Amino acid sequence: MLSTILAELSLQPIAGLGAALGAALAAIAAGIGIGKIGSSAMEAIARQPEAAGDIRSSMIVIAALIEGVALFAVIVSALALFIK
Amino acid sequence: MRLLISIKEGMSKRISTLALLLALVAAFPFAMSASGHDDGGELDVKEIIFEHLGDGYGWEVPFAHVYRIPLPVIVKSEDGKWFCFSSDDLTEIDVTENKETGKVTKHLVPVVKIIKKDGKEYRFTLAKEGDHKDKVVELIPDGNGYREYRPLDISITKNVAALFIATILVTAMVMGLVRYYRRKGLRAPRKGMGFFEMLVSFVYYDTIKSTLGESTKRFAPYLLTCFFFILTMNLVGLIVIFPGGANLTGNIAVTLVLAFMTFVVTNIFGTKHYWKEIFWPDVPLFLKFPLPIMQMIEVFGIFTKPAALCVRLFANMMGGHIIVITLTLLIFIFAAFGAGVAGGATVISVLFSIFMLLLDVLVSFIQAYVFTLLSALFISMAVVKEHEHNAEGDETYPQKERCDRQEIAEEKKALADLAKEVDA
Repeated sequence: MLSTILAELSLQPIAGLGAALGAALAAIAAGIGIGKIGSSAMEAIARQPEAAGDIRSSMIVIAALIEGVALFAVIVSALALFIK
Repeated sequence: MRLLISIKEGMSKRISTLALLLALVAAFPFAMSASGHDDGGELDVKEIIFEHLGDGYGWEVPFAHVYRIPLPVIVKSEDGKWFCFSSDDLTEIDVTENKETGKVTKHLVPVVKIIKKDGKEYRFTLAKEGDHKDKVVELIPDGNGYREYRPLDISITKNVAALFIATILVTAMVMGLVRYYRRKGLRAPRKGMGFFEMLVSFVYYDTIKSTLGESTKRFAPYLLTCFFFILTMNLVGLIVIFPGGANLTGNIAVTLVLAFMTFVVTNIFGTKHYWKEIFWPDVPLFLKFPLPIMQMIEVFGIFTKPAALCVRLFANMMGGHIIVITLTLLIFIFAAFGAGVAGGATVISVLFSIFMLLLDVLVSFIQAYVFTLLSALFISMAVVKEHEHNAEGDETYPQKERCDRQEIAEEKKALADLAKEVDA
């Protein structure tokens, strides 16, 4: 019975909901991850100011990697919008 | 007193630079409004975004998108014959006048191009809807009407022409630097060349040499090319008008090829030890045989690492472009709500657009650097040598010639001394 209901139902609105939720979750996760890097980088620089240059470049590189993962999720969400 | 005067001189130079940057950014809304999507005031946001991000057969003239610089269209028809014609022949400008408002709008409408070759008639046009929307299709007579056939299409589209431009730019920069060194010896270059030299030195010493160690000389050309090509493509995509404006790295085909190159370099130069680690790793037997779990995971890993490179670069660049275009379109969306709201929205939107564009410049540099760094890392993992077992049977890693800071500093000092000798 569920399958007949689902067959009649157009999946477009649910696809939209799924895509938006997916992108929002990815944004939250990226925010938390990069926030943690930022905080530990701040602490490390406060402990050892002469290593600030090294720490800063490492921080930026790792932030780019985390952002890459978040953007995978965004791409998947965008693909989910094209479900007919 | 002299300090104040020098600050003032510096300020005027900085102000003129800032004014130039602002003018370049302020060109964005005008370029947006010239999109030619003006169906009686209706604004199709998605259409405009995809038009700016996508590919096309002619290159639009800035601020007047209906006029296009024609580019060659090269197609192979169903019976195997090649045709080459200008993209101007596929569209024509349709001028319509809105009787109520008296506004004249120009649209581009596709037109059928008929070519006679060897006595047979071939028809080409741009498909209006369906699977091949906005692409060249061949109309083959089928009963009463025509059926569409998508031919083999190797035309020089906007993205291909932009790729050529980016290649010429990178080659010119590098060859200019090489010529400079041939003429002037070891003296340090100034201004533009000096900045380029600084970038090369930064990527070579801090990224490539510290990860690759002894096999630097083999892979440095590929990795440096990667870095400068991606950087140039990203920056060129941010400029609004010709020769910029083509969204190159936001096109997954381009980033896919770049990641594929890294994949090819990694696996061709992989040592026997690398392949042994993949197909018979040093793990307990039940993970390897009879069910090859570890092998499947490792083989999957070979493909996912370049795929991650591809998607990371693509998504970052496309995301940046989409945000900037959307923020700029806010002006036009709010224009319908009246003058006051529109004015406020314009100010906020322009400020945000400037901020996002500047962030995009930073992101393009960072993404080029991360691509190069990760490619260097993958290559260094593939060119790894055999672990050696010492007398007790423990594994000891051979001393990889990692260039630490001291060695690099010594090398730089030696170069500086040599330069001083040449100068003197």
